[in-house]
Amino acid sequence: MYVAVKGGEKAISAAHAWLEETRRGDAAIPELTVAQIEQQMGLAVDRVMAEGSCHDRFLAALAIKQAKGDLIEAAFLLRAYRTTLPRFGASDPLDTAAMRLRRRISATYKDLPGGQVLGPTFDYTHRLLDFALAAEGEDRASAPEAITPVAAAPRVTELLAREGLMQREAADDAEPGDLTRQPLTFPAERPVRLQNLARGDEGFLLALGYSTQRGYGNAHPFVGEIRVGHIAVEFTPPELGFPIALGEIAITECQMVNQFKGSRSEPPQFTRGYGLVFGHGERRAMAMSLVDRGLRAAELGEDVTAPAQDAEFVLYHSDNIEATGFVEHLKLPHYVDFQSELENLRTIRQSAAAAAE
Amino acid sequence: MTTPLLTAQGLDLRFGSIAALSDVAIDITAGEVVAIVGESGSGKTTLLRVLSGLMAPDSGTVRWLGEDVHAMGEAARRRLMRTDWGFVHQNPRDGLRLAVSAGGNVGERLMAVGARHYGNIRSEALSWLAKVEIDANRIDDLPRTFSGGMQQRLQIARTLVTRPKLVFMDEPTGGLDVSVQARLLDLIRSLSRELGLAVLIVTHDIAAARLLADRILVMRRGAVVEQGLTDRVLDDPQHPYTQLLVSSVLAA
Amino acid sequence: MDGYNFAYLDEATKRMIRRAILKAVAIPGHQIPFGGREMPLPYGWGTGGIQVTASILGPDDTLKVIDQGSDDTTNAISIRRFFTRVAGVATTEHTAEASIIQTRHRIPERLLREDQIMVYQVPQPEPLFKLEPRRTETKRLHALADYGLMHVRLYEDIARLGHIAKAYDYPVMVNGRYLMSPSPIPAFDNPKMHRMPALQLFGAGREKRIYAIPPYTEVRSLDFEDHPFRPIRAPHSCALCGSGDTYLDEVITDDRGGRLFVCSDTDHCAERQADAAKEAAE
Repeated sequence: MYVAVKGGEKAISAAHAWLEETRRGDAAIPELTVAQIEQQMGLAVDRVMAEGSCHDRFLAALAIKQAKGDLIEAAFLLRAYRTTLPRFGASDPLDTAAMRLRRRISATYKDLPGGQVLGPTFDYTHRLLDFALAAEGEDRASAPEAITPVAAAPRVTELLAREGLMQREAADDAEPGDLTRQPLTFPAERPVRLQNLARGDEGFLLALGYSTQRGYGNAHPFVGEIRVGHIAVEFTPPELGFPIALGEIAITECQMVNQFKGSRSEPPQFTRGYGLVFGHGERRAMAMSLVDRGLRAAELGEDVTAPAQDAEFVLYHSDNIEATGFVEHLKLPHYVDFQSELENLRTIRQSAAAAAE
Repeated sequence: MTTPLLTAQGLDLRFGSIAALSDVAIDITAGEVVAIVGESGSGKTTLLRVLSGLMAPDSGTVRWLGEDVHAMGEAARRRLMRTDWGFVHQNPRDGLRLAVSAGGNVGERLMAVGARHYGNIRSEALSWLAKVEIDANRIDDLPRTFSGGMQQRLQIARTLVTRPKLVFMDEPTGGLDVSVQARLLDLIRSLSRELGLAVLIVTHDIAAARLLADRILVMRRGAVVEQGLTDRVLDDPQHPYTQLLVSSVLAA
Repeated sequence: MDGYNFAYLDEATKRMIRRAILKAVAIPGHQIPFGGREMPLPYGWGTGGIQVTASILGPDDTLKVIDQGSDDTTNAISIRRFFTRVAGVATTEHTAEASIIQTRHRIPERLLREDQIMVYQVPQPEPLFKLEPRRTETKRLHALADYGLMHVRLYEDIARLGHIAKAYDYPVMVNGRYLMSPSPIPAFDNPKMHRMPALQLFGAGREKRIYAIPPYTEVRSLDFEDHPFRPIRAPHSCALCGSGDTYLDEVITDDRGGRLFVCSDTDHCAERQADAAKEAAE
């Protein structure tokens, strides 16, 4: 006699208990601390803050610990937490020209005011596994310190704009749309597109950016400038009427200089692609600026032919929390619908067989 | 003199410094075939797009049965394009659903205006396929398996199924072999006679215009340089440009 | 649960969602965009239904949650537990006792009442999405009631297969105006939506759309006059309660093709079995 299987609730509880065990792993090995993750896996923390749309190094590190290192799962935890936080306002726009720079490079000029400052970078390292890292407690030599601080570094794009060679962005005081509060609608304005890209999946952005370099929407990009450093976040409470500094965050900014646009009536100028991310995220900032430029195709009068230029395609598929939810939902039972398909198919085949006779 | 179905006057349109349309006027009455001829860049395709509401002029008006086409709103224009109007594209792939069978392509307009009987839709589709000389057993085939000429004939069937009063045609024989063109032109001519269609056809092919049209407009650089009854214009061209056009055909 | 508002969402968010629900009820079958929030359950796993339920839930409600017609499937359990944690409301497995029923992929067999609300979990709110993925275009088609694309699809099915191929998420016309996706319920359940006494709400969290069918609204499955809509079910009886007119699940019992069929709606089946036992005792 068939008896329907019950006990799903018990099964779920047991599954979660087992998960917690595997998360901790071998109890003989010291437990990871949140501080260790925050300090020694800083780039993972940066990525989780970016995709979680929330700048908090402690929370991001905690999420990574809870998620067993799955960064998308960690970003999901951070986003869900963010939903519960009360919002009391918006900061003043960040003035990236006033960044306390750690790293600043430009591919468009050999030398320029402020110089080429390499900062702490993986660039030019030789990707050879360092087995010395497997030992702990080693005394590592600290990096030599420069005597002179970083000189004033005007924005490269500002240098071009002064000569009239680069478009300036039109100043706009309008309130930008907020993707965490309102649904995405089309046509999507640039502020909303940039917001979407800033929290989009790094792999997706990277692939799309790469595609623009390989001919799927070519814009001949140059890195005008990459800036990595810290910036003050200021907030103007309505009660005070003047800005107060809330603190500093680390950000990465990338400005791409792309092929010029012009016509017989408008003199040609370089066009811009822009990327801005929490923490130290050059790959994301650069990919974001390539895709930003791709999505400007329509407004710059270019043919929209490539995936990176298709706003609906890019913006609807960039969110990895949405993507993983929907892809993984296929694991949920679908047997009711499958039963309908089975019966439909059986009926159609029967009719076809009957007709053949 | 019967009232025109479609009238347009004072049509102006500029693209930057280029005058695409310059004070163009035109009208068309029921059952009449009017050809708009000219070289590429003459503005003839732009004129067709403005007349069919796909593009707005800078100034001037287009009226369908007295109503301003550009003021009526997109919903009304789309309804018009599904019922009283038809549009045959130069490239049949622009006017067909390539992933839908021939029968589905022809039946779609019927379904869009409320037809709900599968058997009737299918027999209507079959009769139209016969009218455009497509074999009945191709009704369930996809258009990508058809030759260029057949695709064009399918597009015509799809357009005519709701018996429009006016059909816009943009170089319908472009890209087809000469022998296929002749067959298509014959078909368009006999269908328009049989159904009493008004047809506004854009073409650079003078011979096609002579075969099909009652009246002809000659365009050059956005302006209408000459118009009148086809035979008169082609046999006794007044404007030097028309004379050049006609003579180049004779020479070829 | 400490630190969280009743039913998890803050009151401002609930208000925003209720406004969207009101708009949806005012325009039956029309998709209303809403500012969906990030929830503690993943997109695609019921966040839309959860946000709708959270917005209409009150402390005196009794909640039933089903998935595939059963209260005991893992995701139904997970959602029911969530609401127990964040709202502390009474929950039930009996359809008759529930004031709100959140469902994935089925409508209960028992006729619902005017004092009940159905909340459907919707993965893809756009009925035309397979034919036209661009939202800018489908928005226009809905505005112009231009549904030729869908009718052509049904025509093609009949031309190719002799039958309409859609077995679930079968498109319906609501109130004679909007084409709607009923969510992936089997076509068998479509007729239950027609003039249902209960309010029907649909939530799509990932796509951020809400839509609704007010009580006693006309809901018709698309078809042709000479190929009318037919609800599909397995042509068998339930092995447990003997029902011959409910939707059945197919259960494989051995690896030699052995199978039996049982009611998908576990509460309805249990009720029928209980009634039969009572009758036998009398």
